[in-house]
Amino acid sequence: MNEERHEITLLVNGLPNTVVVPARRLLSDALRHDLGLTGTHVGCEHGVCGTCTVLFDGQPVRSCLMFAVTAAGHEITTVEGLTEPDGTLSPVQQSFIDCHALQCGFCTPGFLCTITAFLDEHPDPTDAEILAGVSGNLCRCTGYQNIRSAVRRAADLRSDRARRVTT
Amino acid sequence: MTSLFGARVPRKEDPQLVTGKGTYVDDFGPDALGVAFVRSTYAHAEVLDIDVGEALEVDGIVAVYTYEDLPERIGAALPVLVPHPGLTEPRTGYPLAKGIVRYSGEPIAMVVATDRYVAEDAAERISVSYQPLPPVVGLENAAAAERLVYPDVPGNLAAHMVQDVGHARQAIDAAPHRLQFRLAIERSAPVPLEGRGVYACWDARDGSMRVCSSTQLPVSLRNAIASRLDLPLKKVEVIAPDIGGGFGMKLNHPWPEEVLLPWAARLIGKPLKWVDDRREGFIASSSERAQIHDVDVGFDDQGHILGLSVRFLHESGAYTPYGIIVPIITMSQLPGPYRIPNYRVEFDCLYTNTVMVTPYRGAGRPQGAFAMERTIDRIAEFLGLDRAEVRAVNFVQPADMPYDTGLIFQDGRPAIYDSGDFPSSLKLVTEAIGWRDFPARKEQAAKEGRRLGIGIACYVEGTGVGPYEGGHVEIEPSGRVLVSTGLSAQGQGHQTMLAQIVADELDVPICDIEVTTGDTRRFGYAVGTFASRTAVMSGSAVALAARKVRAKALRIAGDALEADPRDLEIEAGVVRVKGSPEAFIPLKTVATLSNPLRYAFDEAAKAATQFTRPGSFDEPPVREGEEPGLEATDYYSPVRCTFANGIHAVVVETDTRTAEVRILNYAVSCDCGTMINPMIIEGQIHGGVAQGVAGALYERLAYDEDGQLQNASFMDFLMPYATEVPEHIEIRHLETPSPLNPLGVKGAGEAGVIPAVAAIAAAIEDAEGYRIDHMPVSPSELFHLRSSQEARQ
Repeated sequence: MNEERHEITLLVNGLPNTVVVPARRLLSDALRHDLGLTGTHVGCEHGVCGTCTVLFDGQPVRSCLMFAVTAAGHEITTVEGLTEPDGTLSPVQQSFIDCHALQCGFCTPGFLCTITAFLDEHPDPTDAEILAGVSGNLCRCTGYQNIRSAVRRAADLRSDRARRVTT
Repeated sequence: MTSLFGARVPRKEDPQLVTGKGTYVDDFGPDALGVAFVRSTYAHAEVLDIDVGEALEVDGIVAVYTYEDLPERIGAALPVLVPHPGLTEPRTGYPLAKGIVRYSGEPIAMVVATDRYVAEDAAERISVSYQPLPPVVGLENAAAAERLVYPDVPGNLAAHMVQDVGHARQAIDAAPHRLQFRLAIERSAPVPLEGRGVYACWDARDGSMRVCSSTQLPVSLRNAIASRLDLPLKKVEVIAPDIGGGFGMKLNHPWPEEVLLPWAARLIGKPLKWVDDRREGFIASSSERAQIHDVDVGFDDQGHILGLSVRFLHESGAYTPYGIIVPIITMSQLPGPYRIPNYRVEFDCLYTNTVMVTPYRGAGRPQGAFAMERTIDRIAEFLGLDRAEVRAVNFVQPADMPYDTGLIFQDGRPAIYDSGDFPSSLKLVTEAIGWRDFPARKEQAAKEGRRLGIGIACYVEGTGVGPYEGGHVEIEPSGRVLVSTGLSAQGQGHQTMLAQIVADELDVPICDIEVTTGDTRRFGYAVGTFASRTAVMSGSAVALAARKVRAKALRIAGDALEADPRDLEIEAGVVRVKGSPEAFIPLKTVATLSNPLRYAFDEAAKAATQFTRPGSFDEPPVREGEEPGLEATDYYSPVRCTFANGIHAVVVETDTRTAEVRILNYAVSCDCGTMINPMIIEGQIHGGVAQGVAGALYERLAYDEDGQLQNASFMDFLMPYATEVPEHIEIRHLETPSPLNPLGVKGAGEAGVIPAVAAIAAAIEDAEGYRIDHMPVSPSELFHLRSSQEARQ
C-alpha cells in the first residue's frame, strides 16, 4: 500500500514550513513529528481533552481532529509561539507559573493556547466566563482552582503590559 | 540567608513546561520505528490461531511477533513484583499472550513498522481466532465462583488474609449496641493525561541499551530490563523524562511493552517507540478501588467503638503483579485516627476477567476510609449524637504518640503512628466548613426549597515507606550545584522541593541548583515514586548528602583560610570566617580546590594545580579518608514509615428536581508534618480532591457482563472538567513534625483523595435523608434512589 503524499506549507508561529505528508497525517503529528514542535501534546486523539489545542487563524482548535493538509496556508500558533520574540513569557505563561496552575505540564500547552485566544475575546473576563473558557480542557493534576486563578492573573498582566506600551 | 524550607517557592520545572520545552517519552526518537499491538477482543478466551499473513504484505512493515516468536527469557511470565505469604495463588500475564487471554485488552501480537500509522494498518490485518471462555465479571460473581478465571484457582481466590487486634467478636457481642451493614466502592482508574510509553534504543557498537519510559520507578525498571535481556546493569540506562502524571498507574513494571520494545530494538538494530492511545490507556493498563465491605461494629452509649470486624472482598482483575499491597493497605489503614481496642479485618482477594489492579493514588485507603467513616456516621445516627463528636471520642490522642495500632502495614512492619494531633485537626476543619452553624444553614435552605447536606471524613496515611532512597549532591567549580535522586517525578514538583532543601543545607542560591530525577545514568540505586514518599525519602537522603558536602566544604575552606572549620559559615554561596568579613572564599573555589590538579585547563583550575597549591610535602595531595571533588552521596532508610493525617469536610446541595449534586464548600485540614513548600502541598490537595470528587460522583469503569469496558474513552469515562470540581478548597495546615526523619516531613501526595468519597457520601446522605452506601453515585442513580425511597414512604 503506497500512500499518496502531499507537499504542503504550514505557517507555524510566523514561519513557513514545507512538509510532505500523507493525506491522513494529523496536524498534531505533523507539528510534533515532522516539524519537531513537541510542545503540542496529544492526550486522547478524539477531541475531548483539549491537550493538543493550537491556534488556527487565532482560534483554538484540536490539532488531533484536523489533518495537516487541511491546515495548509492557515496561520497556526503552538505553545512555542506564545513566548514573545525576545523570550519574555506571555501573560498566560507567566500567570501559570505565578499561580501554580500546572503540575505535570502535559495538558498545559493546550490550556495556554485556549486561554490566550479566550483573553483576546474576553480581556476582562467574569468568573463565569473564565469557568466557561477553561471548561473544554481536561487536567488530571491541578483540580483547576489554580488554572482559574491564572486566567484572572493573566488578564491583569495583559492589561498591565498593554498600558505600559501605550504610556 | 532566608530559609527556603517552608516557603512558597515558584517551581523550577515550570519555565520549561510553559514554553513547550518539556520532554516526554513521545518527544524522543522522531525517526524511531512505530509499534502497535493487537490486543484481545475477548475478556476470556483461548487463542486458537493468529494469522499475520496479510499484515506482512503491508508496505512499511518491519516485523510481527507473537508469543511463539519470543525467546524463553523474553516471553516468560511477568514477575510477581511484591510476593507475600498471604498471596497463595499469584498469577501474572505474559508479554504476549500464551494460549489464553484473561482480559479484553491483553496483548497478543506486536507489530513494528516504519511509523505508528503503518503499524496500526498492519495490526488491523492480523486476524486472531478465539475460542471464547466464560468470563468472570464483578466482585459478586467472582465470589460466587460459578465461573473461574483460572481452573486451578478455586473460588477465584488469589489471597485471603486476616489481622486481629484484641478480640473483636467477643467485644462486639458484649457491646451495648451493635450495627451490621454492607458498603461498596466500584472500580475507577488513575488516567494520567499522558499514558504509558516506551522508547528503546540499542547501541550495537558498545552493546548498551537506552530506554525512556513513562515510569514511576526507572531504577527498578532498569534492573528488570537488564535481567530479561541478560545485560550487565551498567549497559542499560533507563530515563524517566518529564512524565504526564502517574497516580500509581506507572508503578507496575515491567509492562509487556517495557520488555518487548528493548528486546525488539536490539534484534532489529533500530530505535523503537510505542506510546499508548487513550483506549489502550483504559483497557491495557491497570486500575483500582473495587471492594465490598461487610462491617460489624459494637459500641457504647457515648459512641466509643468497642469492637470492629470488617470482612471485605477485593477485586484484583486478571493478574496480581503488584501482589496484595492494595488490600493490605485497606486492612491496615481502615481504623484511621481512631483507637479501636478490638479489631478484626479479613479480606478475600479475587480474580476477575478485567484489567489488572495495581495501586491508584490513595491505594486502598479511600475504601478503608469509606468503611470506617461511614461506620462512625451510622453510630452517630443510631445514638443521635453529633458526627464530629463521635469521631472526637474515638480519637487517638496526641499524648498517645507514638501509637502502635497493633497492625502490620504494607511494608511488613508494625503500623505505629509517629505523630499527629487529631483533635486539633478536627477543630481546624470544622471551623473552616462552618460545622456548628450548619444545622441553621440547612434549615434556612430547606425553607427556600433547597436540600443541603454536610459530611466529614478523616484519614491516616502511611507515607514515606522504605526500604530506602538516595541522594547525590555535587558542587562544581562553575558554582553549579548538581543534585540527583533515583526516583522519578510525575508533576509533584520534586525538583523544586529538593532544591529548596539543598539551598538551605548549603546556603546557596536556589538558582544555582539543578536537580535530576529518574535517570539511572545519574543515580542507580532507588526504589521509586509512590506512597507519598519522595519528600520523606529522597528529601531526607538529599539533605544528608548536602550535610556531608557542607562539612567537606568547610574542611577545605578551613585549610585555605587557615581557620577552624567550626569558625566558618556559608552565606549565599560564599564561605566566610565568622566575624571576619574580609576572610572568605566562594564555594566554587572550594570546589576547585577539592580536586588537586596537574593541568590548568581553565583559569579557575590554576588554583588547584600542584605548583600553585603545594601544601605540605609530608601529606599526599588527597588526604587519607578524603576523595577528590566536592560531592557526596547518602541514603535514608527509615525503621518504619511516617503517618500523615487529615480531615475533609464538604457541604453539598442536591438538586430537588434532577438529583444533581453540587459541591458548595469543601474544607481540608492536612497534617503532612513539616512543610517544605505549602504551594506545592496545596496543589497536591487540589488535584487529589478533584480525583476524590471524580470517584464519588463521576468515574467508574463500566464493564458489561462479557467483560468489555463500555467507557474506554474520554467521551464516556466522565473525568471532571473545571465545571465539576469545587471552585475553592479551604485548606488548613497543621504541622506535627515526624520524629523519624531529619526534616520532620510526612508526605502529601495522596492526602487529597483519601477521605473525599466518604465525606461526599456522608454529605449526600445528610441532604437526602437515606443511605448512601455504594459509591460512586451519579445523578441518575441518585434520582432512582430518591424515587424508590419516595415510593417506599
